Amino acid sequence: MKKPVFFIAFIFFLAFMVLAAIGMRPFGEPSISNMDDYFIENAQAETAANNVVTTIVFDYRGFDTLGEGTVLFTAVVGIVALFREVAK
Amino acid sequence: MIGGMSRIVRTMTTLIFGFILVYGFYVIAHGHISPGGGFQGGAIVASAFALLLVTYGTDQIQSYLSKDLLSILESTGLVLFITFAFLGLGATFFYNFVSNSGGLFGSPTTIGVNPGDLNTGGTIALMNMAVGLEVLAALGVIVLTMSVAAETIQKKEKQ
Amino acid sequence: MIGNFPFIAVIILIGLGVYSLLFKKNLIKIAIGLTLIESGVNLFLIALGFRKGAVAPIYTQAPEGVKMVLPTPQALCLTSIVIGVATTALILSIVMVIYQKYGTINTDEIRRLRG
Repeated sequence: MKKPVFFIAFIFFLAFMVLAAIGMRPFGEPSISNMDDYFIENAQAETAANNVVTTIVFDYRGFDTLGEGTVLFTAVVGIVALFREVAK
Repeated sequence: MIGGMSRIVRTMTTLIFGFILVYGFYVIAHGHISPGGGFQGGAIVASAFALLLVTYGTDQIQSYLSKDLLSILESTGLVLFITFAFLGLGATFFYNFVSNSGGLFGSPTTIGVNPGDLNTGGTIALMNMAVGLEVLAALGVIVLTMSVAAETIQKKEKQ
Repeated sequence: MIGNFPFIAVIILIGLGVYSLLFKKNLIKIAIGLTLIESGVNLFLIALGFRKGAVAPIYTQAPEGVKMVLPTPQALCLTSIVIGVATTALILSIVMVIYQKYGTINTDEIRRLRG
């Protein structure tokens, strides 16, 4: 605890998070679920797959997965480029 | 030194390695009807690679697990994924053009709770395989590169 | 209050992560802090989408007439976990290169050596 500014900021951050958690709606009752109810109702008829999570990952929100694949590819390229000089 | 481990660990690894591979590919292939999918199955297969690297050491494994081959597999997975997305471009990007069409992976599923049929899902099943290929190759490349580099750094420090 | 226990767990995870980001000098401990924050955010998203007494959103041999939890947060966390693994590997690789170049992973010493 050498830096008092960091310590005060950390205490404020924790207090803010605890206040937010106490004021949160109770666990287990999502307030707005129209979109997810639509997915659960219609996923089987529209995409013919049983697993609704996979349906969302690869069909309804395919762009997310495309970005995810790009980030994974970029991370691998970064690691290989970093270690190219080390491995010599 | 990241060398090989004892004889007990080597024997158990050779016994278990095939089962881990089969389980990973099972999770990838059944991603559209049971919990799992390309990401989880690819991570399982990559963990099998990590087990091999820890047990036998990097020097022995480098002749079996080629980094170039894994790199090519990773690019192939991503290109296949984008190709499946582009093939649905008649309607829209990422359109599921195979489902309910009657061909491979194209039979319709029964609405509601059912025991599950492998021949459903359309492009979801195909994309699962593409992404599984990509994730297993990417994590394999990461594990292989980092262990080889750690080995090299340790050798340089000893000199 | 006790019904909000998952959110308290999220606070503990993120608090530990931010603590190690602010007060630790070791680069590997900072990477551990980043991973803790990431798992805290994942747990928060999953906890937001939970319904009492519901099952996972998979129709294969599911029990009849039971509600299902929200599937969208689970799908987002699924991609986020794999991205987290890859970025953590990238961070650790950079730490390895820094150690090879400077011979230390203490942030103060690295700053002193550079200047």
